[in-house]
Amino acid sequence: MAALTEEQSMIQHQAQSWVIKHASVQEFRNVRDGESDVEFSPQIWSEMVSMGWAGIIIPEAYGGSDLGYLTFGLILEQAGRQLSASPLFASALVGASAILLGGSESQKKMLLPGIADGSEIVTLALEEGPRHAPKNIDLTADSNADGFTLSGSKTFVCEGMSATSYIVAARTDGKAGSPEGITLFVVPADAEGIKRTKLNTVDSRGYANIEFSQVKVTVGAVLGTVGEGHALLEAILDRARAGIAAEMLGTGSQAFEMTLEYLKTRVQFGQVIGSFQALGHRAAGFYSQKELARSCVEAALQSIDNNDGNIDEMSSLAKCKVGDFLHDMSNELIQIHGGIGMTDEFNAGLYLKRARVLESSYGNQAYHRNRYAQIKGF
Amino acid sequence: MTENKLKLDEFRQEVSAWLEGNFPKSLNGKASEIGLGKNVSGRLAEDSDTWRKTLAAQGWGIATWPAEYGGAGLSQKHVQIINEEMDEIGAFNPIPMLAGMGVTMVGPTILEYGTEAQKLRHLPKMASGEIFWCLGYSEPGAGSDLASLTTKAEDKGDHWLINGQKVWTSGADIAQWCGALVRTDPKAKKRSGISFIMFPMDQAGVKTRPVKLISGDSPFCEMFFDNAKAEKNELLGDLNDGWSLGKRLLQHERQSQTGEGGPATGGECLGDIAKRYVGTDEHGTLEDTDLRLRLANHLMDEQAHKLTIRRIMAEAKGNVEVTAVASILKNSATDVAQTRTELLMELMGTQGLGWEGDEYSQDELGNVRMWLGVKAMSIYGGSYEVQKNIISKNILGLPETTQKG
Repeated sequence: MAALTEEQSMIQHQAQSWVIKHASVQEFRNVRDGESDVEFSPQIWSEMVSMGWAGIIIPEAYGGSDLGYLTFGLILEQAGRQLSASPLFASALVGASAILLGGSESQKKMLLPGIADGSEIVTLALEEGPRHAPKNIDLTADSNADGFTLSGSKTFVCEGMSATSYIVAARTDGKAGSPEGITLFVVPADAEGIKRTKLNTVDSRGYANIEFSQVKVTVGAVLGTVGEGHALLEAILDRARAGIAAEMLGTGSQAFEMTLEYLKTRVQFGQVIGSFQALGHRAAGFYSQKELARSCVEAALQSIDNNDGNIDEMSSLAKCKVGDFLHDMSNELIQIHGGIGMTDEFNAGLYLKRARVLESSYGNQAYHRNRYAQIKGF
Repeated sequence: MTENKLKLDEFRQEVSAWLEGNFPKSLNGKASEIGLGKNVSGRLAEDSDTWRKTLAAQGWGIATWPAEYGGAGLSQKHVQIINEEMDEIGAFNPIPMLAGMGVTMVGPTILEYGTEAQKLRHLPKMASGEIFWCLGYSEPGAGSDLASLTTKAEDKGDHWLINGQKVWTSGADIAQWCGALVRTDPKAKKRSGISFIMFPMDQAGVKTRPVKLISGDSPFCEMFFDNAKAEKNELLGDLNDGWSLGKRLLQHERQSQTGEGGPATGGECLGDIAKRYVGTDEHGTLEDTDLRLRLANHLMDEQAHKLTIRRIMAEAKGNVEVTAVASILKNSATDVAQTRTELLMELMGTQGLGWEGDEYSQDELGNVRMWLGVKAMSIYGGSYEVQKNIISKNILGLPETTQKG
């Protein structure tokens, strides 16, 4: 754990005990197995909001506490440990980052207080294909006298069903694949011409496909500068990557602890299986991987708080290293638990399923290895 | 700005001024050239000796030690400032190297376990770089299973009589003093009958022979004891308590081996070297795409390792306690160094297969030797596997693995 301020330690402890008590993996299981169509418990979300979690990175002038990304990461890590479902990450980190980085004064006033008090859920609508590709944008925004008309579709939109507004990456010029001609728009979810379809993803969380048919927006909906959205988009994505890396660190750490606990209690051949050197060495390897990943995640969040010049590099590093750890750890979780790990009744499967969704979000490990090489100039 | 920060800033200015007035300009950037001082002569040798003495008088050879033992009683933060200011002007601290295993390992252990007389006898000459220490640990039959060592020390009333053999002793051929683990109670269980005893190397009963390694270097020796003698007052810590003391000393070793620098992590960016040998396409991307991603992954692992050291320093607020966490860093430092040299070999192609000769550049030949040299990292100081045993038992609390004894 990074050297934390007193306030950060307090928030971390509060988050840890609250999540275990009120938003545990059992609560998520209840939502998954429940009759209702919602992907998270409104009760849990509203309690998170009332603790101020949705305003962590939002300045006080807009109703937040301005405590920064590292602090937010501490909370996301605890949520990740228990697979707590909520729009906290999608809206209060990604949505809020988008508005903070690209929003005009009026956009900030319009949306940030709502994000902080939970009345707005603002999410990023980016992907159009099955692989993370921030330049492959085909959804068009045609300029006209009244503003722009958006046509196209987005997939795998995080909390897409519950969102009140989307940050839509659209093309105002150029061809899919080009960094030029990308523009971001803030579009209300109830705008005419929007159709959303729930995706039944393997992790039973909230993702949706969104279709835009001749959706009309005014010039005031543009986030940042027309045609120059690529750099803004990458800046938003880097914050999303560092943030989700914190959640992944929590999910992986919990998987590690569940595995370690099992190694200490499961008896076979007359002894606890953790006494076998083959398993002890694997546990030691995962422990090291976990600690190395933690260093990367914390450093990435700190680089954002410090507004360093290498946020891109650090975010790719964090997403990749914690992705490797979570990938391997979630497989190991099943393997070490043996037969019981294969049952739906046991939680291991929930962690494995969630792990792959998290890995795929905002670029998987291969994506970030490639990006890191590019940043390093080879 | 806090008061503390102000004081550190003041200290930095003092250090800078002191270095300006005392560091001989002739030595600028010559740390590796001078090395142990054997290969230099004339003015350079005189200047480097003067510099050593000046630095020692200031107590900055090992500045964290108390002043009465040759240090300056400073904090890690102060030491960091001294190091940074030295780097800034091409100055260096030769004393840790000149003291062999003294400053880094034996010294901290004497500080912790030694009598006052032992501290006063040994520490100041380590801190001044006058005495080079070696460390007698491994034996032909006692490697990872160190506790099975058989070199014995008998109590002869007014001295200890030592017989046996050690191996893999760094610098035994140039050392003036040795600290060794020896068996003092042959009847006790193997970990309970060991003691740590110190003795001078310049005596008839001690012989050394360098061991030539696969890299061509001979940094290690065999050491033979045939009725070697140690004074009675050179037993460190309690009789037959050498095992716990010896393990503690190894923690200091691990800590000294896990620095950010190290032989295989610095230097020119691997990506740039790769571009020279492998070539790039029109976008400047390495042509070997498989190598490229493995290279990226390695650089990430290296960065993760460095960030972890930094994190541990920050968490410990500059004063890193010797903890079990050090054993994570030893394996990750090993992974980084060994992967780096393997990648270097791969990207140099057949130019990375030279042993000597003008057909190969000095860098190429150096990389080959380094590739062979760092294979030792996963063997010495507690092997890769022993480190994993330590992590699983001491950090994770898993039951003892299948070791006996």
